Amino acid sequence: MTTSTVKTPTKSAYWAGVRGGAPFILMAVPFATLFGVIATDAGLTLAQAMGFTVLVIAGAAQFAALQLMVENASIAFVLLAALAVNLRMAMYSASLVPYLGAAPLWQRACIAYLNFDQTYITAIARYEARPEMTIAERIAFFLGVATPIAPTWFGMTYVGIVAGQAIPDAWALDFILPIMFLAMVAPMLKSMAHMAAAAVSVSVGLLLVNLPAGTGLLIAAASAMLTGALVEVWMERRAR
Amino acid sequence: MTYSTAEIWAIIVIMGVGTFLIRFSFLGLIGDRPMPAFVLRLLRYTPVAVLPGMVAPLVLWPGATDGQFDPVRMLAAIATVAIGVWTRNVLWAILGGAATLYAAMGVTALL
Repeated sequence: MTTSTVKTPTKSAYWAGVRGGAPFILMAVPFATLFGVIATDAGLTLAQAMGFTVLVIAGAAQFAALQLMVENASIAFVLLAALAVNLRMAMYSASLVPYLGAAPLWQRACIAYLNFDQTYITAIARYEARPEMTIAERIAFFLGVATPIAPTWFGMTYVGIVAGQAIPDAWALDFILPIMFLAMVAPMLKSMAHMAAAAVSVSVGLLLVNLPAGTGLLIAAASAMLTGALVEVWMERRAR
Repeated sequence: MTYSTAEIWAIIVIMGVGTFLIRFSFLGLIGDRPMPAFVLRLLRYTPVAVLPGMVAPLVLWPGATDGQFDPVRMLAAIATVAIGVWTRNVLWAILGGAATLYAAMGVTALL
């Protein structure tokens, strides 16, 4: 008998992650294809467009940078704007520390590379729901979530570059992304504190929508986190 | 686009490295050192603090309609959140939201 057929907890955590990540193929296919198409139209070579997708692996920032490059913005501005769009991921990074901080450095580096909206939210929801998970299981789950998404993102970018067929507007693909994000966050609204945080995030986000590249979102997120924490403290005091 | 090949590669590589450093930042530097209780409390709200603010403008002022409010997209957004809160399941929320979007688009096309 070989032991490889025995389902270890780490292995089942990995496959649970794969199942959690699978729905996001729906999003990765159209948007990666679209990125390939737009990048080619903008004049990037195949190697450049693929390098972009593999090195940066962050949809929103890739589209933002490309848009600014088409407008011939200064290089410094392209970089600043695109990195500002990605700054929210520093918050993701910090919030993973209590769960993954004890993992070896190289594993944390792998997770960092794959830490984007979909993998992060799916993983953090699981970690919160199952505090008994070991570090190895958490790492395996995270890699599992990325498994269906990242290769699809790379592969479909390539298809977009080669096929170069734009997707018809009638499919309303613009709105699949908001639906995906709302679907990810709605199940996490499990307490008054979470709902208060979400409400503040929406209000401040809308109020500051005209601030340059992502800065409004950062302020909205910071005020919302503070709101959530304060409401939580307040509710604990009241319960006592 | 008027950048040279080297400039384009510089943008791509610096963006890649910068994005990685942002993602690695806290996870890489803090490791398993303990964090203050209030910081942990703040961080618990990261997902619900970032995503709603990111999506709200896209729902109210969709790019596809040149920023004009669109009842169809609003309806799909409400359905997605309602199904997500009710079922606590991401996949059902996505499918329900997309179904609402296409059904409402179909109905408005017929009217």
